[in-house]
Amino acid sequence: MTSLPSLPTPKKLGLVIDLDVCVGCHACVVNCKEWNTGGYGSALSDQHPYGADVSGAWLNRIHTFEVKPEGGEIVAEAGEARIVHFPKSCLHCEDAPCVTVCPTGASYKRAEDGIVLVDEEKCIGCGLCAWACPYGAREMDLAAGVMKKCTLCIDRIYNETFEEVDRIPACVRTCPANARHFGDLADPNSAVSIMVAERGGIDLMPEQGTRPVNKYLPPRPRKPLSAIASMLHEAEDTADAKGFFAWLDGMLDRL
Amino acid sequence: MHPAFSIIFFTTASGLGYGLAAMLGLGVLDPASLSTGIAYLLALGLIGAGLLSSTLHLGNPQRAWRALTQWRSSWLSREGVMAILTFIPLVVSAWAALFERSYLPLPGVIGAVLCAITVYCTAMIYASLKSVQAWGTRLTPVCYLLFAAAGGATLATFFALCGAGAVRSMAFAAIVLIAAAWIAKLRWRDRLLAMEPLSTPESATGLGSIGKVALLERPHVTENYLTREMGFRIARKHAAKLARLAFGLGGIVPVLLLVAILVAGQGAISIVAAILAVLSFGCGILVERWLFFAEARHAVMNFYGQ
Repeated sequence: MTSLPSLPTPKKLGLVIDLDVCVGCHACVVNCKEWNTGGYGSALSDQHPYGADVSGAWLNRIHTFEVKPEGGEIVAEAGEARIVHFPKSCLHCEDAPCVTVCPTGASYKRAEDGIVLVDEEKCIGCGLCAWACPYGAREMDLAAGVMKKCTLCIDRIYNETFEEVDRIPACVRTCPANARHFGDLADPNSAVSIMVAERGGIDLMPEQGTRPVNKYLPPRPRKPLSAIASMLHEAEDTADAKGFFAWLDGMLDRL
Repeated sequence: MHPAFSIIFFTTASGLGYGLAAMLGLGVLDPASLSTGIAYLLALGLIGAGLLSSTLHLGNPQRAWRALTQWRSSWLSREGVMAILTFIPLVVSAWAALFERSYLPLPGVIGAVLCAITVYCTAMIYASLKSVQAWGTRLTPVCYLLFAAAGGATLATFFALCGAGAVRSMAFAAIVLIAAAWIAKLRWRDRLLAMEPLSTPESATGLGSIGKVALLERPHVTENYLTREMGFRIARKHAAKLARLAFGLGGIVPVLLLVAILVAGQGAISIVAAILAVLSFGCGILVERWLFFAEARHAVMNFYGQ
């Protein structure tokens, strides 16, 4: 059924992505591709992987943005660019437009945990769900002719043959900077919900009315340079050297 | 948005076909004439060719029947269901016209209504997508319906000239419908040009509170499915020129030719004028549909700096 679940799902599994921490290393992107090309559904194909015009289906991509502050508090910060690395994958929206447009019933949102999935046996590859998604979360697999999307690593998170620590999405497991977090956003006491509450987690494009489950933690405010300057010792200042180093400092001064 | 030729051809051909079928269903042509039967065959041919073409862009066309199952939520599914339902009265009416040389009012009117509903469903596939702001207006189905009716009336004028009916009233109806369609379409395009974008790079990234957001690096250096599908820009470069071309071919030329038919009445010259009017209108609508896709901006492009 491509109608959305009539009641709010009891669990809202999703990701919280910390834009303050992401270093843009693309490890999550690569591990996502690696896991999902051998996991749920058909492989994530590439077209001309060794040619000039390389292309393929990816479920997670990192964009990098430059944010120019409109007026800073100290000289040199106003107009100074700030770089933000921006991982983007399916947001598992509560009001997912990709689900309702599907003509075949292939696209669906699970009533139990809110994960949005594609049943590849039913998908005709019309591409309308990719058009309906404002986030670009869905990409057609050109080899299989079916729509691919983030499954929240459904074949990991419920996989009891895995160690507990590995029952999280591949992107979260691999992130070396700990910028990605997985959990139940319907539970106000979950680690992810607390993080969202404390850091003021945001929805992407709230005006599209999709009510995304995944949240993004905005970059923390920057400390003005003048505040940091007082904390830095001048390289030449050796007045508080003691013992052997004071003697060495004195001897070297005399040379 | 990428203007896939199969979709452009589908909406143009099926629009003309449903328009003609609706005119025939309303009984405007003389059922005693052979040309009415041929008109039915042409309408069914245009609809069939359009529907077949629409399956060409599918990744797995062998499963296309599944698209009939989700009519409760999906406009694409509704379109498929309505297209098949519409065939029933159309085939009955066509049979009556071809073999009985008669007009059956009940299947005729039901067919005309179903034709309109099918075209409406096609338009709503686009109009219901919030991610493509240019399409999200009631004017989208109005334009699709009026263009279908205008094309149908122009084709019906040709068949009326071939001996099946009242030429002048048919030509007059076609002129009125073409004018109405273009009034709606020009308002549609004014809205597109005046539109404030609903989503911006700032709202897409949520970084607007810090400042102005600009793309520094794409995820990959080459194009991907999303940029190819949603970020097509070739026609946008020539949008103003193409819009004038569509208006000229799809509006001014057929109206002038129809006015000539109105003046000249029956005759060989009028038949040539009607053929030219149909061809010109068809080409104009192909350009109009091309622009419908190519000019529409998708919200995802906020992540790609376009």
